[in-house]
Amino acid sequence: MLRNALRLYCKGSLTVYCCPVMTRQKQTCHVLENRRTYSSAMSERKKFYQDVSISHGEGGVFEINLDHRKLKTPGGKLFTVPNEALAVAVATEWDVQRDTLKFYTMHMTTLCNTALDNPTQRNKDQMIAAALKYLETDTICYRVEEPPGLVQLQKTEWDPVMDWIEKRYNVVIGSSSNIMGPTIPEETKDTFRQHLASYNFWALTGLEFVITQLKSVILSFGLIDRHLMVEKAVQLSRLEEEFQIHHWGNVEWAHEYDLQELRSRTAAGVLFVHLSSESATMKRKLLQDLEFPQPRKPWN
Amino acid sequence: MSVSFTVAPLRACRDILKELRAVKGPGYQRSPAYRYVMDQFRHNRITSEKLCRSQQDLLHRASSYLCLLQSTRLHLSLHAEYHGEGSTREKGLGDVARMVGLALPTQPGGKGWE
Repeated sequence: MLRNALRLYCKGSLTVYCCPVMTRQKQTCHVLENRRTYSSAMSERKKFYQDVSISHGEGGVFEINLDHRKLKTPGGKLFTVPNEALAVAVATEWDVQRDTLKFYTMHMTTLCNTALDNPTQRNKDQMIAAALKYLETDTICYRVEEPPGLVQLQKTEWDPVMDWIEKRYNVVIGSSSNIMGPTIPEETKDTFRQHLASYNFWALTGLEFVITQLKSVILSFGLIDRHLMVEKAVQLSRLEEEFQIHHWGNVEWAHEYDLQELRSRTAAGVLFVHLSSESATMKRKLLQDLEFPQPRKPWN
Repeated sequence: MSVSFTVAPLRACRDILKELRAVKGPGYQRSPAYRYVMDQFRHNRITSEKLCRSQQDLLHRASSYLCLLQSTRLHLSLHAEYHGEGSTREKGLGDVARMVGLALPTQPGGKGWE
């Protein structure tokens, strides 16, 4: 079956076309096809390709090519993504690897693999139920009673986000300082369940990832709805740590390391959600341009 | 949706390209990411309004991608420094102690039997 090979990167590099059929050659392709060698337990292996390119697959999907070979998931499936932006993000992750492949930095690839393989065999309803269950132990809802500095900080930083989400979704969540946490009313859960049902499976995979990284459903919603930036959401998630760091000092090999890792995972997660639900949000103001044609202004 | 941030598009674009150059090296202008980012920024600088929703959405996305690139690079460099090969095992005892803010004791007179 013929496939369109679309070269999306520039002239100076090697011509790479995707092969219609993966050829089984002795030492070259086995890594991509044999799931035992490309397992999640390996964190690094040597780089075995020179060029990364993107090509069109069947049904409007995009595929990634490493030299002449198509990328596959750990489960053995062909790696396909629904749009170009995701393909570019994944291709860039593979492209920037140096002598060894560091899989623990390739978050977009990992998320795509999870969405494609679905190793835990779950469906949308189960993922929505898990997210709502997490709401009961949401970080933002758990307040301390001492030290006073932290109590005040939680009030000034977390209360606005709580107010925002209660107003935005017209729900009641509340916070609590006892060990059992707040009781979430059933109407709140129903509202969120209905909202989450509008996300597709890929977007829900990304959302679940963001929730587990930030340890908060409320912050994840704030991020997905573009009320917060990634750095701010991460800072709010680590509020108590930031308070302690401010008091006792920053240890680079622990705090800074954790911060950058959390930021990269959260950024990847939110980007994955937005790119997976792309078709709903791209609208251009064509009508307005037609009615009142104005000269294009440069960036501000 | 409340817009509680403003991101300057030119700044976001420039920072993303800087990151791409830092990770890719001299050939960064030939990468798929460079072309895609430039296309997106060129095609979407249409509106003259400050609070166009789709422009804010795209800027949020650009800012998330910038955060991803920066934090991945920093995470990798911290990993190489503190957790990678040669970061602890091949270092001397003094270097490892210094990593946690301690120092080996010094005896100006030597240890007696030397």
